Amino acid sequence: MNGGRSTVAESQAQSQAQPQAQAQAEATPPAEAAPPAIETFGLTRRFGSLVAVDNLTLSVRAGSIFGLLGPNGAGKSTTIKMLTTLLPPSEGSARVAGCDVVREAREVRRRIGYVPQLLSADGALTGYENLLIFAKLYGVPRAEREERIWQALELMGLKEAAHMLVRQYSGGMIRRLEIAQAVLHRPSVLFMDEPTVGLDPVARRAVWEHVRELRRRSGVTVLITTHYMEEADELCDEVAIVHLGRVAAVGTPTALKAAVGPEASLDDVFVHYTGSSIETGGSFRDALRTRRTVRRLG
Amino acid sequence: MHCGRDGQCGVWVKTGGGAAVAVLEFVKQVLAVAEAEARKLRHDPMELFTRAVQPTLWLVVFGQVMSRVRAIPTGEMSYLDFMAPGILAQSVIFIAIFYGISLIWERDLGVLHKYLVSPAYRGALVCGKAVSAGLRALTQAFIVYLLSLALGVHLKLTLLAIVGVLFAIFLGAAIFSTFSLVVACLVKTRERFMGIGQVLTMPLFFASNAIYPLSLMPQWLRFISHINPLTYQVDALRALMVEGGRAAVGLGIDFAVQALVLLILLRIAARLYPNAVN
Ligand SMILES: Nc1ncnc2c1ncn2[C@@H]1O[C@H](COP(=O)(O)OP(=O)(O)OP(=O)(O)O)[C@@H](O)[C@H]1O
Ligand SMILES: [Mg+2]
Repeated sequence: MNGGRSTVAESQAQSQAQPQAQAQAEATPPAEAAPPAIETFGLTRRFGSLVAVDNLTLSVRAGSIFGLLGPNGAGKSTTIKMLTTLLPPSEGSARVAGCDVVREAREVRRRIGYVPQLLSADGALTGYENLLIFAKLYGVPRAEREERIWQALELMGLKEAAHMLVRQYSGGMIRRLEIAQAVLHRPSVLFMDEPTVGLDPVARRAVWEHVRELRRRSGVTVLITTHYMEEADELCDEVAIVHLGRVAAVGTPTALKAAVGPEASLDDVFVHYTGSSIETGGSFRDALRTRRTVRRLG
Repeated sequence: MHCGRDGQCGVWVKTGGGAAVAVLEFVKQVLAVAEAEARKLRHDPMELFTRAVQPTLWLVVFGQVMSRVRAIPTGEMSYLDFMAPGILAQSVIFIAIFYGISLIWERDLGVLHKYLVSPAYRGALVCGKAVSAGLRALTQAFIVYLLSLALGVHLKLTLLAIVGVLFAIFLGAAIFSTFSLVVACLVKTRERFMGIGQVLTMPLFFASNAIYPLSLMPQWLRFISHINPLTYQVDALRALMVEGGRAAVGLGIDFAVQALVLLILLRIAARLYPNAVN
């Protein structure tokens, strides 16, 4: 956790060369000095004849918040599943926190946290118990367990609700609990698949705040996927727009916007590269998921 | 923080190595998974009582009637004595065999993804599930014992006998829940899973010695019942649980067969488990 922080000075020096990124870079610990937290090389995944992720090559700077944007079915979740070792790639390779996701899967798992697209906290347990089980599963030493659990709960603003059944939590609280659960073992890379879907604007902002705070305190690298351009614009240091399994554009939100036009918003950038508005469509799976989320929360 | 920088990938495993450390880790992970289940049971004990309904019906209605009719020769034993272990085994197994549905739930919700992204051994996750099912089964034993006492079944109430019964039940629940987990990994949808569960339970029950002795079966049925793990479960329970009960197959063979089946199933399940999310 400390490794990244020592290079703040360097990172600031470098960021002066690129004024656009300066605002974000100030909060970002390491820069080019550190090896990338995530690297993919021609990462590809097929399901039958469908190519869900097509020859994806990406590099995510350590300590940054990186956004994967794309319409439904673009391959965002599939990419995250490969990076988190849940799904073997059909071709290509990837390194996460320095380890190969196929050959060193167990090492990768030790070093990452993951908040799935679906709600993943166990509703039949309390918030505290959810964390306790995972602390044990990750082998957090007994002496540190309680302290870490309460630290995580505090960081996510859930101390008061710790002993409530998660079933009774609001959507925003569940998300924050899941983030707490995902960082209990102090991962160096955190994956969040649409962490704010189905949340109201206030809860959504709360999640952003907590993610920023987490990054500030621990220097963790965060990769999120999202449908919300506003979210990406505000939260991410860098974004990749993914379309049909391929990267259509990568860069800082500022740079991407500037490249499309003087007054362009990230929405415009998205339309420019994917030829469709983010709002259109919405697959059956998507609808199913949102409903399920609602049912789970209701 | 970044293993790439200090080039230490994999060193963890080697330095932390040693089989003993790995085994300890494995056991801790199994217990963590089982603890989640135990805590859930504590939050919702009602569930246990709804499960008392089936064994009650079998023992009170079927058992009482059949022992009046004396249609099934069970030697020295009364039919109710003969049947009580069978009903215990049945109630344990019927619950265990639907255990896999919880995997499908967890998959649909994303809980399973979280477990699989943890560095826990896949085998430990699967064993943890088996132990969880075992825990649930123990509560069944409690219910069937109470019922049996009320009906005047001649239970062996020595400590050794009871421990033996609990152990046997634990094993039985582990076997059938792991089998169920394998099925869940393969079929993936709730509907198909329930279909298969329903198709399997009755044949399993009737092709076993749960409510009639092996000696009464036609040849073909006896053959089938010998490849049915439930038979060995019932056979062991009959010897351990009731006064005058004897193992028709033999207690040693009963446990050996069950242990072997469990090991094989656990291996298959650990192999299939990671694919359940895709
Ligand atoms: N297990 C699977 N079997 C077959 N096809 C799959 C599977 N998982 C994903 N796909 C397909 O791969 C494509 C990419 O899916 P993915 O879930 O990665 O998209 P996404 O970008 O996360 O979309 P969303 O915004 O809806 O979450 C989709 O067309 C999807 O139908
Ligand atoms: Mg997705």
